[in-house]
Amino acid sequence: MSESTENSENSESAESTNMTAAGEGSAAGEALRPHAEDTFAAELTALAAADDRPRPERWRLSPWAVATYLLGGTLADGTVITPKYVGPRRIVEVAVTTLATDRALLLLGVPGTAKTWVSEHLAAAVSGDSTLLVQGTAGTPEESIRYGWNYARLLADGPGREALVPSPVMRAMAQGMTARVEELTRIPADVQDTLITILSEKTLPIPELGQEVQAVRGFNLIATANDRDRGVNELSSALRRRFNTVVLPLPATPDEEVDIVARRVAQIGRSLQLPPAPEGLDEIRRVVTVFRELRDGGTADGRTRLKSPSGTLSTAEAISVVTNGLALATHFGDGVLRPGDVAAGILGAVVRDPAADRVVWQEYLEAVVRERDGWKDFYRACREVSA
Amino acid sequence: MTGGSAAGPVLLGVRHHGPGSARAVRAALEHCAPRAVLIEGPPEADDLVPLAAREDMRPPVALLAHVADDPGRAAFWPLAEFSPEWVALRWALERGVPVRFIDLPAAHSLAMAAEPETEPGAEPRAEPEEEAEAASGARAEAPGPAVRVDPVRVLAETAGYDDPERWWEDVVEHRGAGADALAPFAALAEAMAALRTAYGDGGHDRDPVREAHMRLRLRAARREFGDRIAVVCGAWHVPALARRTTAAADRQLLKGLPKEKTAVTWVPWTHRRLARRSGYGAGIASPGWYGHLFGAPDRPVERWLTKVARLLREEDYPVSSAHVIEAVRLAEGLAAVRGRPLPGLAELDDAVRAVMGGGSDAPSALIHDRLVVGEVLGEVPEDAPAVPLQRDIARSQRALRLKPEAAERELELDLRKETDAGRSRLLHRLRLLGIPWGERVRSRAGRGTFRETWRLRWEPELTVRVAEAGIWGTTVLAAATARAAADATGAAALAEVTALAERCLLAGLPDALPVVMRVLADRAALDADVGHLAQALPALVRSVRYGDVRGTDGAALREVALGLAERVFVGLPPACAGLDADGAAEMRSHLDATHQAVGLLGQVAGAAGEPSAPLRQRWAGVLRTVTGRDAVPGLIRGRATRLLLDEGQLADGGAERLMRSALSPGTPPADAAGWIEGFVGGADGGVLLVHDERLLALVDGWLTSVPDTAFTDVLPLLRRTFAEYEAGARRTLGELVRRGPSPTLGSARSGGTPIAARQPAGDRLDAAAPGFGPGLDRDRAAAVLPTLRLLLGTDRDGGDANDAGDAGDTSDRSGTNDSSGTNKVNKGNVGINANADTNGADTNGADTNGAGIHGANILTGAGR
Repeated sequence: MSESTENSENSESAESTNMTAAGEGSAAGEALRPHAEDTFAAELTALAAADDRPRPERWRLSPWAVATYLLGGTLADGTVITPKYVGPRRIVEVAVTTLATDRALLLLGVPGTAKTWVSEHLAAAVSGDSTLLVQGTAGTPEESIRYGWNYARLLADGPGREALVPSPVMRAMAQGMTARVEELTRIPADVQDTLITILSEKTLPIPELGQEVQAVRGFNLIATANDRDRGVNELSSALRRRFNTVVLPLPATPDEEVDIVARRVAQIGRSLQLPPAPEGLDEIRRVVTVFRELRDGGTADGRTRLKSPSGTLSTAEAISVVTNGLALATHFGDGVLRPGDVAAGILGAVVRDPAADRVVWQEYLEAVVRERDGWKDFYRACREVSA
Repeated sequence: MTGGSAAGPVLLGVRHHGPGSARAVRAALEHCAPRAVLIEGPPEADDLVPLAAREDMRPPVALLAHVADDPGRAAFWPLAEFSPEWVALRWALERGVPVRFIDLPAAHSLAMAAEPETEPGAEPRAEPEEEAEAASGARAEAPGPAVRVDPVRVLAETAGYDDPERWWEDVVEHRGAGADALAPFAALAEAMAALRTAYGDGGHDRDPVREAHMRLRLRAARREFGDRIAVVCGAWHVPALARRTTAAADRQLLKGLPKEKTAVTWVPWTHRRLARRSGYGAGIASPGWYGHLFGAPDRPVERWLTKVARLLREEDYPVSSAHVIEAVRLAEGLAAVRGRPLPGLAELDDAVRAVMGGGSDAPSALIHDRLVVGEVLGEVPEDAPAVPLQRDIARSQRALRLKPEAAERELELDLRKETDAGRSRLLHRLRLLGIPWGERVRSRAGRGTFRETWRLRWEPELTVRVAEAGIWGTTVLAAATARAAADATGAAALAEVTALAERCLLAGLPDALPVVMRVLADRAALDADVGHLAQALPALVRSVRYGDVRGTDGAALREVALGLAERVFVGLPPACAGLDADGAAEMRSHLDATHQAVGLLGQVAGAAGEPSAPLRQRWAGVLRTVTGRDAVPGLIRGRATRLLLDEGQLADGGAERLMRSALSPGTPPADAAGWIEGFVGGADGGVLLVHDERLLALVDGWLTSVPDTAFTDVLPLLRRTFAEYEAGARRTLGELVRRGPSPTLGSARSGGTPIAARQPAGDRLDAAAPGFGPGLDRDRAAAVLPTLRLLLGTDRDGGDANDAGDAGDTSDRSGTNDSSGTNKVNKGNVGINANADTNGADTNGADTNGAGIHGANILTGAGR
């Protein structure tokens, strides 16, 4: 699976992981995907009205209300706040408190754990604007974090503030808003480090003009980074020190994850015009079980410890394995998802490093799959493709 | 105050192990200055109170009461530095105020605990422990008949908290000192009174009896000291003590209680055992944190995070003061968001994780282990009454007629006899506990698994060791079990755990085995080094066998051993690839160890009614995979081939085929020599060559084809291989080589017909080797003799080839550049087969046969 498709799937599944009721929000205007602050404008307004706790300067809501916005709840006036993030409460509390203490927030997690989703909603709730966004890529230049120049203006009028093109971060500093940096570890190390001054001195010098932009109160920054893939560029320790780190966990229970996979597979299946496969739920559960056990390094009953393979084995990959299997079953089988349809996909997802991962996989097969009741056919299918 | 009239006794209801309570108790005692202090605890311990004042008494310690002749039935009252009871005790001792323990005597509670109807299925020690916890929120679900009320939980739920621990912290522990020293106790007593009204004894069915006893003791104390006395007890009991009852009614309740003779002493305790997770009911989740709260004079949050930072720095985490500052800010912010008065442990943990640990769990786990729980070990004066473990050892010694003597003596044990088996178990258990009274020595009588020889010697310092071991339990069995479990969890290497499993079996600790096995299985699963697994397997398989000999149930062990073997099977082939010479040698020993272990395991599994064949078949499959992989060093491939051959797993001629391919011309000579070393190495390899001339011929043929340049590289390997053979085998081989290939051998080399019976060498002395004419061309032979003599540095006859062999060393090749002819001779010399034209005809037993001498040289030289 190529990197780009994986990422796009991950972010989609991230949303399906934790959006829950969010999808039903009224679409703002004609936008294909309205911003969080537009989708949930009603909830934000209700929260702001009910919120009587102290708010940090330029915050739209108090930290408590921001946490409620993300975790959901019912307000005193009966307004129901839908949960945006389903997961441990303490994670959201730490994230919100971090923003309130003017330390930058780094959301870490494997693909598909709703990092982007959480960061967007945090920005929407705190600043009412989630659009001050820098997407980190291998080609992200310094200009997108600091500022660029409008060369026509520069040539016509000479250097000046009018010729300056501010980055989202710079705008956030000037207005006391929350800026977002996605996939921080994909940004080249030298560009990353431009953030150090911004985060420690809270200022952005413009040496060309002999000026600087000082961050006003309320400015803060949320970055997301891939934990398991270890990104392309590790954060320098100087930069890392300026962040409070919050790790977003994978779905807590197998049922939750099976549900996510089944729902997402159904969506993809519709768009690929695959017939629905109601009998496939057992197979989906099996795929999720295999993924979870290998990922967690132990069987679900906690009796056997296992080695973990080098791959991520994220929910998103489970989705792709099942979708693949479904396509196989539809086009080459009898339309029912069977062990043989998913075995090859699982093998491909698990064995990323031909030497080490193969041992991991075979140990898993021999130690766990072979002994498990009702998994005989799956064991055989796996042996077939592994051999 | 709480106890009724202002003049009456002061009832200080506390939560056991609560630092806030402890502080409040001290303040209250200072305030009231009572003339006597009554503490909830077994009255038998009254005599032990003075020990608490001693310098060498350092908490955490525990009051231990046990049934005098059955130390296994015991109860503990643990006291930490921050326990209110300890604070009260020390306060009273410092001021010379008398102290009385007022709880139900251990004589009764232990006897009652033994009665099945009161405590179905629970171990005896559980009860007083749970009692000590009556006012804490940390109790595990008790197995008692009625659902018991956890007062703190009820109060916390009433206050809208989901976590009673947190509520208690917020309401009691994190409160600053108020103006009125007694106010917190009044409030708590009021709350408890309301609870008792609602719940009665709340399912603690022994409480009425205990409280009746407390009231009686309280009355006695009031008669003795007047009304100015203070009572420190669980808050839960306060309403009952304040209640007005008649002495007669209380006595009635206490009538007819069962009684046992008990002994009481102080034992050292640890923070780890105070912690809930070690399974003791009275546990608190975070003794280290409570100790910190109690000990820190001010700013507990800042001090705590500084401690954390120091710990992390010691562990090489880059943590600066800036981190501490940010962590404090985050923790305080979190407390504010969560609506708590002060950051608690949860906030501090979150803050440390986010600021110092980069979101990872590792530092949090470290902090929990070292700081939140802590590694504090208590101390008890040496003249405290003997610990029950000591009594139990003495009892076992008597029962087994095994007297501790300072003089060294040897003891032969036949494990088939019951007494001897008991002695062996005792000695093994004591060794596990770090009390090396006996030392295993090699048996003289026999080497059967049912025999053990011990050298016994009781040194005086062993008594100290016994006292130290007392923290593990009250009986040898319980202590050794606890110790083994703890050792298993703390073991660093996989082999340590397997060794421990073996010792557990030897010591007869069935209860420790599951823990050890679990750790073992976990370690094995995570250990990526096949070498470790292969090392661990033999000991484990031995254990399985011992288990069978001693009649212990080895099913779990067998399962783990099979699992381990399976992991070795999977991991071995990839691990064999791309090794250097040392690595290959090491891997060969693993291969041998595993082979042996699989054989034993197969037997054991077979005896247990499980089919052993699949296991051996799978192993053979693994070996076959190894033999066929080019990336695997020759040494290992050769060894695997040999093991297959020995197992009878190779089809007829299979070994020959594999050898032929391993020794084929394309193979680097060093690798081929390694193959030979692996295949026919070891003491018994010679016999193989002696008996299978096809193989000998293959080795021989290969040797003659080794190019000159590579020969010196190969020679040491070959000499090492052949030097290991027994003299007899070497000699026979030498003779075989001297004889040269038999006529049938020629066909065997080409056609593969095995030689059924070897003819005696003497029969064929005059027969010609294949390809040579009959008789000896003495003229041609004479031409090379001078060179040969020069080479060998001897004029002696070579009939005793083994003795003359010294001369032919590795240097014999470099010294022969006279002519091309001699070079050829040398080649013939080294090739065991005599096929060089100049001396090939010399098959009549002539003493100068270079092939014979030099062949024997390789066979013998390195052995000297």
